[in-house]
Amino acid sequence: MEAHLYRIPLARFLRRAACAGLLLAGLAACAAAQEKPYFVTYSHDLEEPGNLEIETKTALARPQGADRFGATATELEYGVKAWWTSELYVDGQTTPADSTLLTGFRLENRFRPLMREHWINPVLYVEYENISGADKTALEVVGHDGQADLAERNSESRREHAHEGEFRLILSSNLRDWNLSENFIAEKNLGHDPWEFGYAVGATRPLKTALSVRECTFCAEKLTVGAEAYGGLGDTWALTLRDTSHYVAPLVGWDLPGRMRVSFSPGFGVTGSSLDRVYRVGVAYEMPQLGALFRGQKGGVR
Amino acid sequence: MRRMTLVLLAIGLCPIFLSLGAAAAAQQDAHFADVPAKDHARVNPLADKPDAISAGASLYKAHCAECHQADARGDGAKKPSLRNPQVRSATDGDLEWFLRQGDLRHGMPSWSSLTQAQRWALVTYLRSLE
Repeated sequence: MEAHLYRIPLARFLRRAACAGLLLAGLAACAAAQEKPYFVTYSHDLEEPGNLEIETKTALARPQGADRFGATATELEYGVKAWWTSELYVDGQTTPADSTLLTGFRLENRFRPLMREHWINPVLYVEYENISGADKTALEVVGHDGQADLAERNSESRREHAHEGEFRLILSSNLRDWNLSENFIAEKNLGHDPWEFGYAVGATRPLKTALSVRECTFCAEKLTVGAEAYGGLGDTWALTLRDTSHYVAPLVGWDLPGRMRVSFSPGFGVTGSSLDRVYRVGVAYEMPQLGALFRGQKGGVR
Repeated sequence: MRRMTLVLLAIGLCPIFLSLGAAAAAQQDAHFADVPAKDHARVNPLADKPDAISAGASLYKAHCAECHQADARGDGAKKPSLRNPQVRSATDGDLEWFLRQGDLRHGMPSWSSLTQAQRWALVTYLRSLE
């Protein structure tokens, strides 16, 4: 099947994404989700059982000597159990003056092995990726990933096809209204390549933690701020930091009415292999108790 | 003969159902049996504050009502009523601890991601339902 679907300029792509976001906001009806605005780092927060969250995570960047691109991962996250969350990602990207294409999918599961809340809470993460070399969502940075990988033309990079397994050990703590999360990443191309390693660490906190009585949308308690850092740690062939990419990214999350959440993060590359800047935008909408709707049980909040 | 078998079967199964019921009740009690003494004794700084009740009501609607229902009476099946005697007899500290911990094995998420003030407001709201 021809993966090359349309040729649309980036500006029009962004306008359409913004319209879709506004449409979702218009459909919104009740309350806010309580998630962290991380893009690469995971905390130990799992989706509530029976809830489905739909989120788009878009990365905008311009590799040195190449065209800027916009890559979007659309994520369906379902709470199977209170200790188990399952996700499906569908990835795509558009590069003006090149093409727009779907770049693959990912299946992901996260498990909390300990049933109690501790100072540090481990979560096990297992993901299968079926993506092409044209995938630019950069939801993790591992091994010697660098901006050169993102600079190839789509017609060439999409010929490369990867079946990959990704494993993370997520360690996360909620301490005095702060969240601190550390992820250790190991990724393996199931064909031949070596194990690649990476990390992601982050901290977030609501801008205002004091209790507010009035319902509000544009107020400090609806904003979460923080920062994350992520990068590659080499691979089993060259376990070194040479030619690896690292980023530091401030984060802002805004809980909107109607179970909507918007997050934004400008990321700054700190090594020569890194992109200079990568801007990330996330829009999430949570549907409560979707499972109960299908089972015809006495429902939740409508 | 068949009726006799059914009666014997019912008598035989009765203790099993009773023990399952007792186990469920014990499970409910067990939620608070594990609360550390320090948490058990904690005092709710927002107790009886009208502002905290209305903030708690809003938080309840956002995070809890989808399972426990808007009237906090549960769904009569897996999602329990929050107006039960175990909740009434628990201390505010017990409830805040339980909100923070959750009960992942039985489907209750941990609400450690809420701020502490928000958890106390929820406890205040639950108390106002009694």
